[in-house]
Amino acid sequence: MTFDLAIVGAGPAGMAAATLAAEFGLDVIVIDEQDAPGGQIYRAVERVAPGSLFGASYLAGQSLASAFRASGARYRPRSTVWHIDPGGAVSFLADGRSETVEARRILLATGALERPVPIPGWTMPGVMTAGAAQILLKTADLLPVGRAVLAGQGPLLYLVAAQLCRAGAPPAAILETAPPANYRAAARQLGAAWAGRDAVAKGLGWLRELRRAGVPIRRGVRSLRAVGRERVEGVAWEGGELAADLLLLHDGVIPNTQITRALGLAHDWHAAQCCWRPSVDQWGNTTLATVAVAGDGGGIAGAEAAVLSGRLAALTAATMRGKIDAAERDRCAAPLHAALAHERAGRPFLDALCRPAPEMLAPPDAVTVCRCEEVTAGAVRRAARLGAQGPNQAKAFTRCGMGPCQGRLCGPLVASLIAEVHGVPVSDIEPYRPRAPYKPITLGALAGFAPHPDPLPAGGEREEPARSVGG
Amino acid sequence: MFRRRPEPGAATVAVVVEGRDVRVPDGASAAAAVLLAGLAAIRDTPVGGAPRAPYCLMGVCFDCLAEIDGIPNRQSCMVTVAPGMRIARQRGRRAVDAE
Repeated sequence: MTFDLAIVGAGPAGMAAATLAAEFGLDVIVIDEQDAPGGQIYRAVERVAPGSLFGASYLAGQSLASAFRASGARYRPRSTVWHIDPGGAVSFLADGRSETVEARRILLATGALERPVPIPGWTMPGVMTAGAAQILLKTADLLPVGRAVLAGQGPLLYLVAAQLCRAGAPPAAILETAPPANYRAAARQLGAAWAGRDAVAKGLGWLRELRRAGVPIRRGVRSLRAVGRERVEGVAWEGGELAADLLLLHDGVIPNTQITRALGLAHDWHAAQCCWRPSVDQWGNTTLATVAVAGDGGGIAGAEAAVLSGRLAALTAATMRGKIDAAERDRCAAPLHAALAHERAGRPFLDALCRPAPEMLAPPDAVTVCRCEEVTAGAVRRAARLGAQGPNQAKAFTRCGMGPCQGRLCGPLVASLIAEVHGVPVSDIEPYRPRAPYKPITLGALAGFAPHPDPLPAGGEREEPARSVGG
Repeated sequence: MFRRRPEPGAATVAVVVEGRDVRVPDGASAAAAVLLAGLAAIRDTPVGGAPRAPYCLMGVCFDCLAEIDGIPNRQSCMVTVAPGMRIARQRGRRAVDAE
């Protein structure tokens, strides 16, 4: 069969789009890497009891997930999309086997990833992202042992710190790397701060929690580095140091553009958020007629905005299949567009407050920027001086971006370093051009690839009951 | 490095991490099992032989590559634990399996 809509990602945008599209009578399939719906922001949301330490905005994900489960949309968890043909074939790896489904329209709801935090020592065991610590707490009830230090900036850093306090494991310290200029720039965005006052109030609430828990917060930290031999033993910065058993880094999130780039979609440089995002119109349409984007993958705006943009993409898909006419679409879309504008109105304040420090975009020479191939910032700068015009050429010089993560982490760094050497804005530098397979796939999985298998057994199961290992 | 939050009655799964028996919460990832086991590292890089441990926990960084139930180079953060699962350190590249 051919699906009306194939959605990649079961986070807030994917779940909301699938639910509404199914309501309009579209045949929908959702393909997601995790074993349960929710994406990163609502990880394990179905398993968390009410009154947990995660708060009301996290628990809001439960109604999204249950509506999605009940929607009738086909759901393939534990499935990694490795190729998309814009003609409508989506290939994915599940249980060690590759499968392909056909779809008239494809919605990419692949969300965001944490911006790399390239400091000396960030590859050592004991250094993780703040998001990783939160995922461990949400999915496995794990808490750090010993002295955990959180460093960097952005709302998630403070949210994770507050959640660790609630769980009885307050961090030893928070080291904020936001340059002081950020506070001045944010102060010029008071209109946006007022529009985003709910988010601002939430942030102030976390700061109060941290103060009550006695967590020291040091601001204006520069030249941050992880210290240790085989694993992290401490953290140091200009004018200070602390012993640490775990260092949790965070410097905001950026759109995950791996698939949108591989498909060759047009992208815009978002100067305020310091990242690329696929160019989309108000319906999530991209420069490819069959491919749409919703959620943070199209620009960072948060989970509530992701839900709204997912619903707008569903309206478009329903209109294209003739389930509703343009007038009905516009009637349904009006409140969504209004709510989306409201959600986005506060962003300029957050974007100004959380702009990464220059040293986090183009770190010192000795720092490893490509964690996979162990390529330093110095090696990338050398390649640029030897003539590499962009990350795609720097690959040939240094192998940066050629490891298993395929440039997901080092991409923004390599581009910034090359821009610095050539004295041009980073928006002038063409980023990595990723190619399929979007994630490594073994020859064995490819060999077992049936080009057009029946994607699911008859009967419309939303999820295969048995889980097998290997293949 | 990590401990389980005391949750009375929480279901757990028994897995083996580098030969050690570890009980991990049901639904956790193999990477969480590695961290709970207190392993110093889960892989050595193919390039420099440097020790690495899980970093991003969301399938981006590939620093949690491990040998799971005999299959090398799996992203342990993307694999949910199952009873008896065997998780072992990934040492450098995976060898070509000519079987």
